[in-house]
Amino acid sequence: MSIISLGPAQLALASILVISLAVISTLQQLGIAKRLLVAAARTAIQLTMVGFILKALFETSDLTWITLVAFIMLAIAGREVMFRQERRFSGVWGFGIGTTSMFLSSFFITLLALNFIINPSPWYTPQYAIPMLGMMLGNTMNSISLGLDKLTHEAWREKGTIEARLVMGHSWQEAILPFRKAALRTSMIPTINAMAAAGLVSLPGMMTGQILAGNPPQTAVQYQILIMFMVTAGAGFGAMLATWLGAKRLFDERHRLRLDRLHPPPS
Amino acid sequence: MSNSLKTLELQAFIGPKLSTVISQGQIVFLTGSSGSGKSLLLRAIADLDPHKGEVWFNNQKAMDTHPTIWRKQVGYLPPNSFWWDDVVANNFDNCEDALVYMEAMDLPKEAFDWQLMRMSTGEKQRMSIVRLLSNQPKVLLLDEPTANLDPKTVRAVESMIIEYTKKNNCSVIWVSHDLDQVKRVAHRHLAIDEKQISEKPL
Repeated sequence: MSIISLGPAQLALASILVISLAVISTLQQLGIAKRLLVAAARTAIQLTMVGFILKALFETSDLTWITLVAFIMLAIAGREVMFRQERRFSGVWGFGIGTTSMFLSSFFITLLALNFIINPSPWYTPQYAIPMLGMMLGNTMNSISLGLDKLTHEAWREKGTIEARLVMGHSWQEAILPFRKAALRTSMIPTINAMAAAGLVSLPGMMTGQILAGNPPQTAVQYQILIMFMVTAGAGFGAMLATWLGAKRLFDERHRLRLDRLHPPPS
Repeated sequence: MSNSLKTLELQAFIGPKLSTVISQGQIVFLTGSSGSGKSLLLRAIADLDPHKGEVWFNNQKAMDTHPTIWRKQVGYLPPNSFWWDDVVANNFDNCEDALVYMEAMDLPKEAFDWQLMRMSTGEKQRMSIVRLLSNQPKVLLLDEPTANLDPKTVRAVESMIIEYTKKNNCSVIWVSHDLDQVKRVAHRHLAIDEKQISEKPL
């Protein structure tokens, strides 16, 4: 089976779907048209650009360039995590906690998979390294931003109960533990849902892509299982680390709850 | 003086400065209008907020004591009671030690099994005083402990605190708006006025 390639004409036809959604929502005075069109335009432009970058990257296969692209991806994901927080940590911590956790979990697991599970030659072959890192970062980004948002939200709302424990002589670790649990649970919901529903409710995107590209379903399935395990571990370890660092930052060395280290939510 | 609480130029944020020594067995009332910084001073002594100046207890500086040990000795009662578990007993580190205070507060032993959602504000307030005392603190920092209680219960709380203070040689700072209560209970009276703290005659 050969791949049916798409051209600008086909994509223009597909875009009519989004445009008609925008038009109808405007007629109904639902006011999502502008955001919808901006997002759709961003998708088209960003992905086209990424296509060129990937093409160039696959041709050079140079480790320096691959590393550079990987860190740019990380920085963008870190920025996303920061801006998705209702009350983010002020100063360098707002960017640092999420980005550090994402870096450690995503990069470590991707390196592990490349060197010990998939074994492409060389191990950094960009056709494998870049998409896998992208999947890891995308999912870890979601779990970390959900987890941190839940943690800071709860700490703000539950200031009274947290301090009630501190005044009884409990340590900060004890006082924040229930909220760290809640934050981790929230952060893992999308990943656990995706694993539970995989194949029954939806065909995962990566697998769908491989099948559309003409690969046998068995290969697609095996890659999908590998990716899902990697993503789950990455999202889980990343969120665990981020919520731990976040919890630690919420208290100072005198075990005081320091909500002044959070930005007030944008009004 | 051992077992005394000493503050030196203690200041929370931009509030008034407090320098005083509260000896064992002494109950000092702190009064002042709302927003004058009474609660913030208590929080500073319990080391819950960053602050300037020094606090000493028993010849030991707060900053040289591990915060969890400091706060066990220097027991702070917030103006509103907070609970981290739905069942009363799970909010206590030591239920045995609490029984004697439960009795003094007219709360039955079964109250440990109560659901917090079903309790009244007054019951919760009494229960939070029981919880504080069951931790056996050597200093009490009470932020309007009787604000939500009926007159009879107010008297019960007063006599329980007085008895606890005598028995354990405690130092007490008690924030209140009730000047009759000052007359009934206080050994000393500090008043905040225009960002200054001064000793008032009783």
